[in-house]
Amino acid sequence: MPSNPFVVQEEPVVEPVETAAREHVHAALTRTSTGKEDLRELESGLDSLQSHAERKHRIDWSRILLPIAALVVLVLIWQFYVSLGLKRRDQVPGPLDVLNQMALLWGEGKVQESVWTSLQRGIIGFVISVAIATPVGLLLAQVAPLRRAFGPLISGLQVLPSVAWVPAAIIWFGLTDATVYFVVFMGAIPSIINGLISGVDQIPPQYRRVGTVLGASRLQMALQVILPAALPGYLGGLKQGWAFSWRSLMAAEIIAVGGTIGFGLGSLLDQGRTLSDMAVVMAAILLILAVGILIELLVFGPIEKRLLRRRGLLAGSTR
Amino acid sequence: MPVVLEHLGKRFGDGAPVLDDVNANIKQGEFVALLGASGCGKSTLLNIIAGLEAPTSGALEVPSDGAAFMFQDAALFPWLTARENIELALKLRGVGKAERRTKAQELLELVHLGSAGDKRPHELSGGMRQRVSLARSLAQDRQLLLMDEPFAALDAITRDLLHDELERIWKETGRTIVFVTHNVREAVRLGQRVLLLSSRPGRVVQEWAVTEEHRTDAGLAGQLTGVITARLREEIRRHAK
Repeated sequence: MPSNPFVVQEEPVVEPVETAAREHVHAALTRTSTGKEDLRELESGLDSLQSHAERKHRIDWSRILLPIAALVVLVLIWQFYVSLGLKRRDQVPGPLDVLNQMALLWGEGKVQESVWTSLQRGIIGFVISVAIATPVGLLLAQVAPLRRAFGPLISGLQVLPSVAWVPAAIIWFGLTDATVYFVVFMGAIPSIINGLISGVDQIPPQYRRVGTVLGASRLQMALQVILPAALPGYLGGLKQGWAFSWRSLMAAEIIAVGGTIGFGLGSLLDQGRTLSDMAVVMAAILLILAVGILIELLVFGPIEKRLLRRRGLLAGSTR
Repeated sequence: MPVVLEHLGKRFGDGAPVLDDVNANIKQGEFVALLGASGCGKSTLLNIIAGLEAPTSGALEVPSDGAAFMFQDAALFPWLTARENIELALKLRGVGKAERRTKAQELLELVHLGSAGDKRPHELSGGMRQRVSLARSLAQDRQLLLMDEPFAALDAITRDLLHDELERIWKETGRTIVFVTHNVREAVRLGQRVLLLSSRPGRVVQEWAVTEEHRTDAGLAGQLTGVITARLREEIRRHAK
């Protein structure tokens, strides 16, 4: 045993203990607060010192003005290129030609019809895909033998362009809506499943331990711990799933025209091609692009932002 | 006797044993500090008591309803508010919805966070998170509470306060607490008994009783800290090459 026990301390921070003042010392080795009220007061003081003040949210105009400015610049470059007259006007129409064509199509009701038809199909197909892919993804992520068996297949299906299913679908279902939906499912479902699985893979192992310690059953673990913890990755999968279903939908609409298949954006695009009307083609492309941008801005963007902010993951990002 | 460990041993695969012949008895309502240097298998021992891992030899007796567990990092779920984190523990225990709300508020007030219930974990300081975590482990309503270095990552001021807080809550709730730490001062400050585990393999080599006098007399507590530190270093020195 050392002669002076105070020299031997595990931590470098040593409160010097004066022999004379020993009775009155409140070092870290003994109780440091004088009672319940004192403790509550001390804690509340420390809490307010250690918490950061909430920052108020204001409308950030640069978020609105910068994209608009970028758009204006692109349209100006387009107009400039057209006015150089390097290509024939019917091959490369200018912004105004496309705008006029768009107004014409709007007057005929074709814009409304095609956007509505495609959007409706896209959304219905996407919602059904989510309903199928979510339980399947959770099951694959949680049950190792299943995942080992089907994981490579699902990854493969995600890489396989879903347009490849169009001929098969036409043979099976003919020129009906079933063909379109089938192709959408084959595009969206694998990518949602993969997103969910990679979201589950990135869950800190600690969360599962906490779930186990708290006595969660397998189902409770999946629904109360795994699914919410995997939500950022799952949302990424949903975004990609939507992108795949929208793309597959357009491809299917371009290839499968006629029968009982309604008139969608892809059909409009194909009509423009058949008529060699470049303005119609450009208008259709811009409409497809606009729907994609609007869905991102109005649906996925806000959901993702809210999700990240609630988890404190937004600080320092450029979003 | 809520926890009895008899000749407990644990090895992973073919490796050297992590724990070897661990013997300990922990009484109902007792606060035991489990002290050891790195590699003494403190966390493994705690996992075994919690039922998260199985021992490879020996026998142990633990409460049939299991144990509550508090981790070094608060391990709160970031998608839930402080209150919802506590309510989840109650829910998984099978507490009804109406009762969950009031019970969670009670527990928040117990850890002096009555007004921070709607904050999310990232909005709380480290000390506040650990208190929510403590409230959550109390929500499990188990007699036995296992704590794995819960204050190790906190700053000194907060830690000192939480020591007082934990002592108060222990007295108010009458839990049996096994508190794992590598900090001698913390062990002396909190435990009624300090068990020293040796390293590689882990084994209880000595134990000390800490009395009420040690809680108020810094000199006495310091002396005991010195004695235990000396013994701990002796254990560490054995591993010098």
